[in-house]
Amino acid sequence: MLEGYRGRALHVLASINADVGDVIELNSDKVHLRGILMPSYSKDDSIVVLKLDNGYNVGFSVDKVKVSLVERSSKKEPEKTESNKPGKVKIISTGGTIVSKVEYETGAVRPALTTEEIIKFVPEIQDITSISANVLFSILSENMNPKFWVKIAESVKRAFEEGSEGVVVAHGTDTMSYTASALAFSLNVLPGPVVLVGSQRSSDRPSSDSGINLVSSVLLANQAPFGEVVVNMHGESSDTYTLAHRGVKVRKMHTSRRDAFQSVNDLPLAKVIWKEKLVKLLRTDYRRKSDHIEMNAKFDERVFLLKFYPGLKPDIVELLLSAGYKGIIVEGTGLGHTSSEFQEAFRKATKEGVFVGMTSQCLFGRVNMNVYQTGRILQQAGVIPLGDMLPEVALVKLMWVLGQTDDLEQITKIMLKNVVGEYNPRHLLDHFPRWKHE
Amino acid sequence: MSEYKSLGLKVGLEVHQQINTPIKLFCECPTSLEEDNQAMIERYLKPVVSELGQVDVAAFFEWEKGKKIVYEVPGRSSCLVECDEEPPHPINIDAIKLGLAMTLAFNGEPIDEIFVMRKTVIDGSNTSGFQRTAIVGLGGHIKDIEGEISIQTIAIEEDAGRKLEDAPEYVKYNLDRLGIPLIEISTGPDIRSPEQAKRVALTIGQMLRLTGKVKRGLGTIRQDLNVSINGGVKTEIKGVQELDLIPKIIENEAKRQVELLKIKDELNSRITKEEFVRRALEMDLTKLFISSKSRLVQSELRKGGKVMGVLAPGFKGILGRQLMPNRRFGTEISDYVKALAGLGGIFHSDELPNYGITEEEVRDVEKELGLKENDGFVIVVGPEERIRKALQVIKDRLAQAFDGVPKETRSANEDGTSKFMRPQPGSARMYPETDVPSILSRELLDEAKKIMPPTPEEKLKILMSIGLNEELAKQILNSPRLDFFETLVQKYSNVPPTVIATTLENTLKYVKSQGGNVDKISDEDIETLIASLSEGSISKDSLSQILLEYCAPNSSSDLKSIISKYTTMSDEEIVKIVKEVIVRYREEVKEKREKAFSLLMGRVMEKVRGKAEGKKVAEIIRQVMKEELG
Repeated sequence: MLEGYRGRALHVLASINADVGDVIELNSDKVHLRGILMPSYSKDDSIVVLKLDNGYNVGFSVDKVKVSLVERSSKKEPEKTESNKPGKVKIISTGGTIVSKVEYETGAVRPALTTEEIIKFVPEIQDITSISANVLFSILSENMNPKFWVKIAESVKRAFEEGSEGVVVAHGTDTMSYTASALAFSLNVLPGPVVLVGSQRSSDRPSSDSGINLVSSVLLANQAPFGEVVVNMHGESSDTYTLAHRGVKVRKMHTSRRDAFQSVNDLPLAKVIWKEKLVKLLRTDYRRKSDHIEMNAKFDERVFLLKFYPGLKPDIVELLLSAGYKGIIVEGTGLGHTSSEFQEAFRKATKEGVFVGMTSQCLFGRVNMNVYQTGRILQQAGVIPLGDMLPEVALVKLMWVLGQTDDLEQITKIMLKNVVGEYNPRHLLDHFPRWKHE
Repeated sequence: MSEYKSLGLKVGLEVHQQINTPIKLFCECPTSLEEDNQAMIERYLKPVVSELGQVDVAAFFEWEKGKKIVYEVPGRSSCLVECDEEPPHPINIDAIKLGLAMTLAFNGEPIDEIFVMRKTVIDGSNTSGFQRTAIVGLGGHIKDIEGEISIQTIAIEEDAGRKLEDAPEYVKYNLDRLGIPLIEISTGPDIRSPEQAKRVALTIGQMLRLTGKVKRGLGTIRQDLNVSINGGVKTEIKGVQELDLIPKIIENEAKRQVELLKIKDELNSRITKEEFVRRALEMDLTKLFISSKSRLVQSELRKGGKVMGVLAPGFKGILGRQLMPNRRFGTEISDYVKALAGLGGIFHSDELPNYGITEEEVRDVEKELGLKENDGFVIVVGPEERIRKALQVIKDRLAQAFDGVPKETRSANEDGTSKFMRPQPGSARMYPETDVPSILSRELLDEAKKIMPPTPEEKLKILMSIGLNEELAKQILNSPRLDFFETLVQKYSNVPPTVIATTLENTLKYVKSQGGNVDKISDEDIETLIASLSEGSISKDSLSQILLEYCAPNSSSDLKSIISKYTTMSDEEIVKIVKEVIVRYREEVKEKREKAFSLLMGRVMEKVRGKAEGKKVAEIIRQVMKEELG
């Protein structure tokens, strides 16, 4: 397939029957080149992209050079094998590039996810425990949705039932904290750790954080005494240690840094020092392992996350109601406010049985709707303050709650209940990051 | 030259030159080196699983594996991009334009669509584990008196981090240099003599300087050499900073390859490679050295280390064979051991007894290893784990000697020799940098044409047209300060260009010849002087005096205060001094009348030298004499 080619270049390549991966030649008065035909995504549809012997890619216009086919590609599709023997730690892959390998010929990055391939990638794992692996699906983090959450939860449950003592879920980082919340609520009784892990530098580069993150996650899954869903990623920019954050208190706080994941309104549960193969617990109030697993993985997607901003009009709430939404999580200002114009719209919503919950766009700290009058008015309209729950966590939780009941009183009761540590009633001074200013 | 012709010497040159853009290649950091360290980070690099299974790169990894890399993070000249914590920004287009301009100047072919690639480099010098590089042009040539030299590629790439320390457990870099744009110009293997290589490097360097867009100063230009002879192997020699060293390095490399080929023939006439491999046994020799007088041996044994040896069948007399001045075959082995096993001391049979190891100990070793005629041995001292690795490295390198010249990358030494650095990486270690969009060059070619360097002949004419004589014009043309000269000429238009050129080329040389420490003189200092000239506060005659004083071995005065001492006198002040002198020498003046002029001139100049020009002083003396004597 002539991947990416169109227009004039496609015409020329098709006419000589060339394909990506074939050896071709480009000739003109000045240019005499031989190399492998590469895919093209050029803005200029006359350009043919060639990989030279020295490894460089170069693009030349068919207006300038004559293209000829020299030799067909001999590349075969790599075989995929999967081991069925259950390991003590099960690695379930859902996508992202935590374990992948680069094909130098085309530059393509392919997931490498058989047990053998993972062991080849991070041989240190063998010294920790036995592992088994499977590819559940291979989707980008941003294409994740509640239907996939259910599949992941089922797969985790199966792994424990087959005898694994801990589970590692490899996941793209962008929506990893949403999935972590979804798993935490769906599997709220667990016989071992469920560790979500990803990489901020993809594993096709030597500086990738994936190797250390993965090894540390296997260490955690194998050694940690908790039955909780955690996110385990780099603890600082250096390759020194990772931190295990409670799945319902974690957030990706940076677009690109290795240590992008941070506990918010909470402290991490554990620190993993991979070089010493050491899991250091940072708290004692973790949820202990249970002797069985309980799964309740149903999500109602008719929930909206509404971020309030100055000038936002209440008619948006009307629109949501008419579209059939069953719940709204408001990301309000400060202690949990919207403009007082919203009072009527929210009153109408709650009267119709739609749950309206309040979180804060400050992220740090908890909402308190008793301090100012607007807060009190919104509460009178039926808006429920959700403490220090993060907006995304409240969103996922509401989807999960709506999957179980549509009775507003019941919904409110479960939303206010601390199911898996999504509420932290005590905030201390060190629960807030500070920036260097001098 | 005919000597090299018969050897079949082939040399290719890679010139790497830093480009003087205000910002780096893939971020907005300035391209200045500033060590205001804000933080340290520790990292590890990991081989990327390749489907082609590169053995050479794997070998390289073998020793780097597990080695910690420490980075100093300067606050002013690095950001998250250098820390590998943020994807690269789009490429600096000015750097690409310069690459295209050079391509056009060589009469080569610009690439229509330019792709940035990742070239795997896992020594830690790049935080990402790869160097970003893009070919912007292919082909073309330059002229040389021995014939035309083809240009293979013109590439734009990022400079690496600056290595500060290479300890056994970690390697340390500063990130200030990482990401400075470089232009890399590679010639074909068309160079046939050591001197020609230097000329070609000079020509390329001069063309780059003529663009006025490259950096200058220590470390801003580096040459790599690819050297081979008939029957030898293309050897890469990295990091030649001084042009004058190029011929010597090539001569030495040719010599090394000749000697290695001789060794190959000699060994094969003694035994076969298979026999060598079969007989090259390793043995623990610690017990023979328990009471050794060798300090190195004793200190290693005290630390719990061992002494082990390997039999080198057929190597008698060869281990001590000189390959280059001061470098024997044994030195090569020792460099391999240092680089690949991280171990310092080896001893071989051709250099013993020595270093505290006695004849008796040598005899014991020979007996223990079962040496026969024509055999040699190598002994290694250190921690057991490293020794085991070292012995393997030694056996591999000895076995290679049966095949001739091994494929390797070497690094240049300051004395014109070179030493083993690492095995040569394969060419397939590249893959696309998907974070940076490709560039269509067509839209940039018009602007590239505008910054094409003029030919040296054209430039010479331009320089002479602004008043430089031919000799001075040639000096400036070949000077690394050409762009600085042009900046000063443009900025201080009332100072004659000849004065600026003379200051840059001749005055500095004069100061150096007088024992002045010219390293102290910065561009800013020179500019301060030219600015003072421009304002008329000092005279051009005083320049060398000021600099001599500034550069005197014990001088601690700052330039400004020296300048103020030489500030030009007003006419009134000169008149006053002239009158004083005339009063003092009244008798002589009365007697000699006009003939007393030279006496007065001499006395007045003693007092005003550097603060007034001679012509002016003479004028004033004549006038005052006229007035006084009537």
